[in-house]
Amino acid sequence: MTVPLLEVRNLRVEFPTRRGTLVALDDVSFSIAPGEVLGVVGESGAGKSMTGAAIIGLLEPPGRIAGGQILLNGRRIDNLPYSELRKLRGREIGAIFQDPLTTLNPLYTVGAQLIETMVTHLPLNPAQARAKAIEWLELVGIPAASQRIDSYPHEFSGGMRQRVVIALALCAEPKLIVADEPTTALDVSIQAQVISLLKSLARDKGTSMMLVTHDMGVIAETADRVAVMYAGRIVEIGAVRNVVQQASHPYSAGLMGSIPPVGRRLERLQQIDGSMPRLSSIPPGCAYNPRCPKVFDRCRVDRPELMPAKDGNLAACWLYAEQGVPRHA
Amino acid sequence: MFAFIISRLLQALPVMLTVALLSFAMFAYVGDPVAIMLGQDYTIAQRDQLVADLGLDQPFFVQFMKFVVNAAQGEFGLSYRLSRPVAQLIVERAPATLELALCAAILALAVGVPMGVYTGLYRNSWLSRFFLTFSLIGVSLPTFLIGILLILTFSVWLGWLPSFGRGDTVNIGGWSTGLLTWSGLKALILPSITLGLFQLTLIMRLVRAEMMEVLRTDYIKFARARGLTNRAVHFGHALKNTLVPVITITGLQLGAIIAFAIVTETVFQWPGMGLLFIQSVAVADIPVMSAYLLLIALMFVTINLIVDLLYYAVDPRLRIGRGKGAH
Ligand SMILES: Nc1ncnc2c1ncn2[C@@H]1O[C@H](COP(=O)(O)OP(=O)(O)OP(=O)(O)O)[C@@H](O)[C@H]1O
Ligand code: SF4
Ligand SMILES: [Mg+2]
Repeated sequence: MTVPLLEVRNLRVEFPTRRGTLVALDDVSFSIAPGEVLGVVGESGAGKSMTGAAIIGLLEPPGRIAGGQILLNGRRIDNLPYSELRKLRGREIGAIFQDPLTTLNPLYTVGAQLIETMVTHLPLNPAQARAKAIEWLELVGIPAASQRIDSYPHEFSGGMRQRVVIALALCAEPKLIVADEPTTALDVSIQAQVISLLKSLARDKGTSMMLVTHDMGVIAETADRVAVMYAGRIVEIGAVRNVVQQASHPYSAGLMGSIPPVGRRLERLQQIDGSMPRLSSIPPGCAYNPRCPKVFDRCRVDRPELMPAKDGNLAACWLYAEQGVPRHA
Repeated sequence: MFAFIISRLLQALPVMLTVALLSFAMFAYVGDPVAIMLGQDYTIAQRDQLVADLGLDQPFFVQFMKFVVNAAQGEFGLSYRLSRPVAQLIVERAPATLELALCAAILALAVGVPMGVYTGLYRNSWLSRFFLTFSLIGVSLPTFLIGILLILTFSVWLGWLPSFGRGDTVNIGGWSTGLLTWSGLKALILPSITLGLFQLTLIMRLVRAEMMEVLRTDYIKFARARGLTNRAVHFGHALKNTLVPVITITGLQLGAIIAFAIVTETVFQWPGMGLLFIQSVAVADIPVMSAYLLLIALMFVTINLIVDLLYYAVDPRLRIGRGKGAH
């Protein structure tokens, strides 16, 4: 196995509040190999964005990393001082956010934003950076890039703005992209274009990606592996084909249940009866037990860790306890 | 751009006419200028002569038109109190007020904006709390009290700064400035602080609130995610986005500074337009009062125009008609 580009070990993120400490992420472990795309799915509030924010070091206070490690190329980055981490952001890890209408600064031209990002990280003079910026705009498919470089964000449509955001995230050539629902806010008709752009750019540059999305179709088409999150934990992780077609965890199976047969555009995640518990009231044992169709006694008492399940997937579910010893990290 | 300025000027016209009507009405109906000008002893013939001279026998509308035409030419007649042309009085007094207002505004901006940025960035620091407490004092103490306290401290007890007047002034092409002499500058300090303190605290609180708001936005998060330096994020991206509201308020406040210089000028016996106005009110010197009113209105209108132009410079989204076909 290749050395992972990113490794997250037993990550725990806490939010101290007046009514006690909320654990937003608990014992989250996964890795991303160079050039690999890891899809992350799960219901709203599962902790997907939180995981991405922890990796780029932009958890919103009072949220903080309370345990575990994040390693990039084998180097710990979760405990770096702010100024060191700043140099990694954009340069080593790029980020793409959900809503392109709000992620660009309205008062600067797209060119100025590209140029300042590149000049911050790369040994370029302003003229070189400008030429590069035009190249990037062409690369992400902005027509007449050499003219549009001096346009302001409001002069672009949503889809075009997300292309600009992609250029901004990639322009300092990071090795990892954290893309948090990059197409959710876009018009359905252009979502596929933007995703395939992202996918092909990542492939060409050999960039790894953590792709958070609600769109199982996107996962099936783009990701190499998938992590399914529930209530601040990863409940299943494995190769995309195995998880989509042969989900081990009852929660993942529920999510995938509604996916239409291959060949049709895949739809949003299926609705599962009930709702995810709030962070302040996660039940004992398996967090999914109140909603699980296969629940049994042990589920209400002990919390399952990730353990080998079907087809080499790892699942946090007691159904697989007999198949092997729980994997301890 | 040019069309924009023209349209704003046209919009300003009704405002100015309304103010003109008010000050004319004051002219026509408050006090009896004839009685004031004639003094105690006069004949009916003298009186009728004067009424005819002043055009007071003509219909209201004709009189108003004449007033507007004269006002547009800076012609407001004679001051009842000083028997000198009002325009001349105002031109003499304007530099004092404008210099004072300018210093106060610069003080308010130069100190208020950095304090606002600091308190917005470091919300819980000890210094931020101190600034906020201090700003409460600035907002709640009345101007005259601040002036008196400053005089008491720096003039009476410490004896560092003068308590009244402008100090020595230098006349440059009809503009008497106190900015070029040592005593003139010293004389400016206390009145500027008095006049600018409220605005300073207002601007500080505004910048702070705006900074806090802007720092929560996605584009700031994204700027951080791109690895920009704190300096670039805070002063390039965040501060610039707070400017539009800051410009609005500062513009309005500059108008207010000039208008409310009255109190400060009275406390410091500052020989500006505000003091002139107060002295005129005391004896119902209507020509001076109406000219002052019109002038203040003109300043507000001009400042509003400048504020609009600044918006235009700061925020590209307002530059309509420039777009080369979006999408
Ligand atoms: N400031 C905060 N204080 C306390 N809890 C928070 C705070 N911010 C987020 N959370 C909680 O952390 C959990 C994880 O949120 P996160 O944004 O990662 O969800 P998500 O999986 O990205 O969901 P979505 O699909 O809606 O984006 C949620 O339960 C949320 O309520
Ligand atoms: S551990 Fe039990 S409750 Fe949890 S998913 Fe597995 S079977 Fe369901
Ligand atoms: Mg999210």
